[in-house]
Order: sequence, then structure tokens, then C-alpha cells
Amino acid sequence: MSSQTATLGTNRTGIATSKDAAQRMVEGTAEFPPDATGDERAISDIRELFAKDAGPVGSVPPPTNVKGVVKTAVQAVKGARPTQFIDKLGERLGFERTGVRLYEALISKFNTHGTFSGGPSLAQLEENMLEEHSHFSLLTDVITRLGADPTVMTPSADIHATMSKGILEVMVEPRTTFVQCLEALLLAELADNDCWESLIALARQTGEEEVVDAFEAALAEEADHLEDVRAWLAAAQHREVDGEL
Amino acid sequence: MAIDLLNDRGTPLEQQKFTWKELTQPPYSKLDDDAFTRVRVILLNGIESEAIRFSHACSRMNRELQLDLAKIRRVEQHQQTLVNWLNPADQSVLETTIGFEQVAIEVTAALAQAEPDAYLAQVYRFGLLEDFDHMYRYSALMDRVEGKDANNLLQSYTDILPGRPTMLEHRAPEDDLRTPYDRRATALITKLHALTLVGAEYQTHDYYMTVGPTYADPLGRQLYAEIASIEEQHVTQYESIVDPDETWLEKLLLHEANEVYNYYSCVEYETNQRIKQVWERFLDYELGHLQHVAALFERFERRDAEEILNTKLPPPIVYESHREFVREVLRSEVQLTAVGPTFVPFNEGDAQGPSARQRAQLNADGSPSDSVARGYIWTPGTELSRRGPKPVKSVEPNVSV
Repeated sequence: MSSQTATLGTNRTGIATSKDAAQRMVEGTAEFPPDATGDERAISDIRELFAKDAGPVGSVPPPTNVKGVVKTAVQAVKGARPTQFIDKLGERLGFERTGVRLYEALISKFNTHGTFSGGPSLAQLEENMLEEHSHFSLLTDVITRLGADPTVMTPSADIHATMSKGILEVMVEPRTTFVQCLEALLLAELADNDCWESLIALARQTGEEEVVDAFEAALAEEADHLEDVRAWLAAAQHREVDGEL
Repeated sequence: MAIDLLNDRGTPLEQQKFTWKELTQPPYSKLDDDAFTRVRVILLNGIESEAIRFSHACSRMNRELQLDLAKIRRVEQHQQTLVNWLNPADQSVLETTIGFEQVAIEVTAALAQAEPDAYLAQVYRFGLLEDFDHMYRYSALMDRVEGKDANNLLQSYTDILPGRPTMLEHRAPEDDLRTPYDRRATALITKLHALTLVGAEYQTHDYYMTVGPTYADPLGRQLYAEIASIEEQHVTQYESIVDPDETWLEKLLLHEANEVYNYYSCVEYETNQRIKQVWERFLDYELGHLQHVAALFERFERRDAEEILNTKLPPPIVYESHREFVREVLRSEVQLTAVGPTFVPFNEGDAQGPSARQRAQLNADGSPSDSVARGYIWTPGTELSRRGPKPVKSVEPNVSV
């Protein structure tokens, strides 16, 4: 079984491994100066130039049924932003669905490495995984009821998938430890909590009062997940939970 | 639009110019553009890649052609850059992979139906069912590891169903070589089809070999390794149908004609107006290359390019869903395997032959393509839309420090 924490080894990435060679590299920069003056702002200039020409990553498709069309039109007249709401619903749906797969990967890691004193039990991980799935199902129902298509990858779903790619990679990489994966999970749960809060506010603003209660229940479960992960990590690192003594 | 291969001058080689900014244009939208725009971008990257690869090989063997080839190749390099950089950065490695397999399915299906040579049409249908299965395996990987639906990329044009099981596609080299066409008795369209598929499969192979190790999940890494091996078989297969007795310059001329044909097909079907302008511009560039190479051909071989090329281009590659054709092939030909250059039902193949031994060896420690898709049924919005996650079957491990 692998250790849950980093061990001493042959890490060669720092200059202390080869001080003389590193010193020679520094000397080289004095003998061979940059061929052009300036600094990293040249990169910003290009970024801004390209951003002016760039279109959006994508759009939200029109509602799939008459009810959805009418609802969208009514809300738009009221000043709400129904397209934004659908975009963010799609984002959470994608995140929760991938969240199920994240927990599956974490459970594989648990099976390989085992847990630690103060760490999660298998039952806790399974419960969280099933809650992620129920949130995904809830979002599917809400999107469908609003007359939209839950299989769409909305722009926000795409952006969040791009952002969280690294979290998944840490989870499924065979060399990472269970605790390293919990750190990846912390990132996911932090984002998830904040995004659920925003989604509830948008639901209120869009006049979707009937879904607010269900979303608040989902947020409460996500808040528990976050609290769990923080506590597990604190235990793994033999420290108190942040903010508590 | 009618193209005259022998007389359209296109853009002269010396007028074909780029800047770094225009080489790196805004990409297509993964979400909003038609899936066939992605298919065309991926395929044309492969066509340019093949042009450069062949040009280098030709250059190594033909001292007197080296400067002309280097000049054309420099432009092809930049054409490939512009085309490949149309892929957006939010398209992950696995999403692009789904695009590659959609190319392999829909383009191969289009060519199989247009191919006048019955044997080669059979070769294409044979390869088609293998790439069709790859789509199923990669889609299962995307669903089960990432929680994403491959149909977001496919836009319902292409089925996600099992084809010829990938674990059965592994063959010995002697069963991957086919009978080549006869260069003197073969229609131009047949030669262009063959070169198109060589280019498509070669770039797929190279792509999987490059990105496979960047995939973090161990089963995903294995799957890329396994399917890359099949793509190598496919390159071997498609390369072998091209008459090896064609001269270097004849092959070069056909490569340029194929580039013209492919850009022309893109122009005919493109729905993104900005990208259509790229195809139109490069169609003119390729006509310029073709004229340049035709002049070389006539100078060195002392015969007319007309012996190789028709005046008129064949009808364009049909960029549309070939679902019904593919399903019919699936129903009737999925049970085939290859024995030498011929195709026979699996149960009539050599159960002790080199391919059977090859499969037994490679699959001895398990089959990644089998593991990834056990019981997999594609469902809109992923299989998690149909059912919950599977319960964990393990026991509680011991607590460690």
C-alpha cells in the first residue's frame, strides 16, 4: 500500500541538485542577453488583440417546446434572463454528473489505499456519490420542466468542464494518493457550493420559486460534503479543521 | 462549381503567403458549429499531413525534385497549421478523438458508396465497421470516466453502437495487406479515395500515439494504445491498395489532385461562411500546386499529366449522415475477418492462424476495449440519465496512517 503522504526521494527539479550547473546557467544569461527589449506585456497585447476578434464559445439553444418559448418570452419581458438561467442549470447538471464519476474514481482510490484515522468510510463516500447523482437528476427534471433540453452542453457547462479537467485527472491518475485526491475533491466541492448558491439566487430572480426549495436542499447536502472533505483533509494532515480549535 | 484539374491555374505558388496571425485564426465553435465542420477540419488536417509526409519521402529519393518539393511543402506546412488551428482549445483530447472517429465513419461510408471498384468498396466497408466500434469504446470511456455524452460532439449524425469488436480486430500483418488497384486500369476517383483514407487513418494513428499517454485514466491510456494499434493496421491496409508501381511523380501528382478534390468537397458542403473562405482559398492554392507538379511531371517523365488526371473532378465527398448505409453494413458484414487480402466470416477463418495467435497474445492480460464498454448502452445525456451509479462491490479496507 502506498503512503498517504509525500516521502523523501530523488526529486531532481530544484537547483540544489546541481548547484554548479545552475550557477553556470545564471552566468550564461549575463553573457547572452535577450534579443529584444520589453517584458511579458507583449503577451497581454496579443491576448487582447485576439479577444477582439473572438466569438463566444457557444450559445444556449432555443426552448424545445411551446411552453418553454412562452415562459422565456414572459420572463424576458419582466427583465429576467432566462437564457442565463438555462446556461447555469446546464453547468450544474454537467458538474454534478461528472461529480458522480469523480466519486467513483475516489472510491477506487479508497479501495486501493485504504482510509486513515479520521478519514472517510466507504459508506460516506457512497452516500455523497448518490447525492451527486440525485442532484443531477433534479437538474434534469427542472431543465425539462422549463422546456429546455437537459442533454445540451451549455457554454457555462463547457467552461466549467474545462476548468475542472485537472480535478478529474488527479482522481484517475494511478500514482496519486487517496489524500491527494481528497484535495482535488475539495476544489470541486468549493466550486460546487458557491455555484449552487448562485443558482438559487438566479432561480429566485427568474421567478422559479418552486425549484428554490429543492435547490436549497441540494445546497445543504453539498455544504455537508464540503464540511466532510475539510475535516478529512485536516485529519490526514494531523491538524485542526480551519477556523476551529 | 466546376473544377478543371488540367487547366484551372489557381493561385501561383509564389503568391501563396501567410502571417502568423492569419495562421492562428479564431476556431470554430464546438457547441454551435455543425459537426461536419469539425469533421472537415480534422480530415483536411490529415490530408495536409499526408501531403507533407509523402513530400519528405519523395524528396529523400529524388535529388532533382528537392527544391520544388521544399517550396510546395513549406506552403502545405502553413496550410496544415491554419486548418488544424481551427480546432478550439475547449475541445478536450477525448472530444477531439470522438471527432476523429466520426471522420473515419462518415467519410469512409461516403467513399464506400461512391467507390466504383467492388473489391475496394468492400475494403472500405471492412475498415468502416472497425472505426465504428472505436467510436462506441471511446464514447463509453467519455461517459464512464468523465460523465460526458459523446453525442454533444456527434450531434446525432452518427450512431454509438458496437461494431466489429475491437478486441477481434487485431490481426497479423499478412492479413492486413490488400490487393492494390492497377494504376493503368483504374478510375481517378478510386485513386483519390485511397489517398484520402491513407491520410485520414495516418493522422488518426499519429494523433492517438501523441495524445494517448496524456490521458490520466489507466484504462483510457490502454484504450488509446489498443486503438492506435488498429489504426496502424488500417494505414497498412489502405496504403497497400495503392499501386506500388506508380512512379514517384505520378504519386506526387495524385497527392496534389487529391488535395484539390478534398478542398473542393469542403467548399461544396461548408456551412460556416468564414471557414468556407479558408477552403476556397486553399482550393486555389492546391490548384497552383497541381499545376506546378504537372509541369514537373511532364518535364521529368516526358508524358502528359492528362494520362493520370481527368479534366473534370469527380462529384464531391458527401458530408452527411450515412446512418442507414452503416447499419446495413453492420447487419450484413460485422462477422467478417480477413485472411490474406480476402474477407471471410470469422468462423471460416483460420482459428490457429497468425491473426488468431496475435489476438491471443495481445489480449492475454485482458482487453481494454472490452473492459471499458461492458454492458454499455449509449443513452442521451449519458448512462447516468438512465440509472444511478453502480454500487461498490469491495469490502472496507484497513485503516492506514
